[in-house]
Amino acid sequence: MKLLTHNILTSKCLKGVTVGYPLGIVCHTQAKEVKVNEVEFNPEFISRMIQKVDWPALCKAAENLGHSDDLPPAVVDDYENNEEFLKKAHHFLMEIEVINGDLICPETGRKFPVTDGIPNMLANEDEV
Amino acid sequence: MVKLMKRKELEQHLQELDGFSKPKILLEQYETRAHIAACMLHTIESAYGDLCGKTVLDLGCGCSVLGVGSVLLGASYVLGVDIDEEALKISTSNINQFELNEVDLLHTDVKILPLLLRGTQKFDTVVMNPPFGTKHNKGLDSLFLEIGLQCLSDKGVLYSLHKSSTRDYFHRKAPSWKVEARVLAELRYDLPATYKFHNKTSVDIEVDFWRFEKKN
Repeated sequence: MKLLTHNILTSKCLKGVTVGYPLGIVCHTQAKEVKVNEVEFNPEFISRMIQKVDWPALCKAAENLGHSDDLPPAVVDDYENNEEFLKKAHHFLMEIEVINGDLICPETGRKFPVTDGIPNMLANEDEV
Repeated sequence: MVKLMKRKELEQHLQELDGFSKPKILLEQYETRAHIAACMLHTIESAYGDLCGKTVLDLGCGCSVLGVGSVLLGASYVLGVDIDEEALKISTSNINQFELNEVDLLHTDVKILPLLLRGTQKFDTVVMNPPFGTKHNKGLDSLFLEIGLQCLSDKGVLYSLHKSSTRDYFHRKAPSWKVEARVLAELRYDLPATYKFHNKTSVDIEVDFWRFEKKN
């Protein structure tokens, strides 16, 4: 699971949850459970994604994975022309992958397991 | 700008993908044949440019034939969603076989998907080959379509396959969904005898290739 995917997901499907965002990330043993894959850098695409993503949620996800110091705390003004910034955003959104761990609903604490990189967001009938 | 891959070449790549090992009848798991997937995706990119550089949702992805093909034609990010764990395992192996790092998979019920997605982060393009909504699944084809439309951004476009017998129904429904609906092609879906109730070796069914564009 990429952090771009994490940035999209909420737990609003659960009964009584109003925002359900952002989901916490817990990895069981950090060293093995996060992977970095090389993805081709496309500056136009990343610029477009920066307008859509919730940056604080991305920072929080990076922090959960122990990478917070590498990511600027806010989107810089001239991001479209700032290749260094775009490359960092690209790395965090597209290349870092959570392999095994849990996504955690911020309101109920309900865990959604991530197994082999695939989050399981199925909910039981009595939960929704 | 990278040159668009030829349809024939795309089809050859997609033929290398694995299909369902034990298809589940309740989920109407029919593989998207390489030929049909290649026709669909090549048209989406060559005629409309709706894959290259886009975020793509592969709804009810199964073995991710459409998702893998989307990346081969330049999609920047694909999310494949399916309820079936085994299908997702085959997807993972298909994605790894092509060494693609642009596809993520999500294990969930398509019915709750709109609630799982943050409002402002919807998809540029949805591609799907949903259950045809026959047998035990009446209405599921229409439900997939409505869900897919809810996952689209304001200028998003959805591409789907539906039985030609439902054409009038979707044309009638389109205005209430606020979409411009067009049948791009009529295809013959060569359904191999996947299930026991198919007593011939293969059955051809008529299928429409649809394009639904959001109207604002």
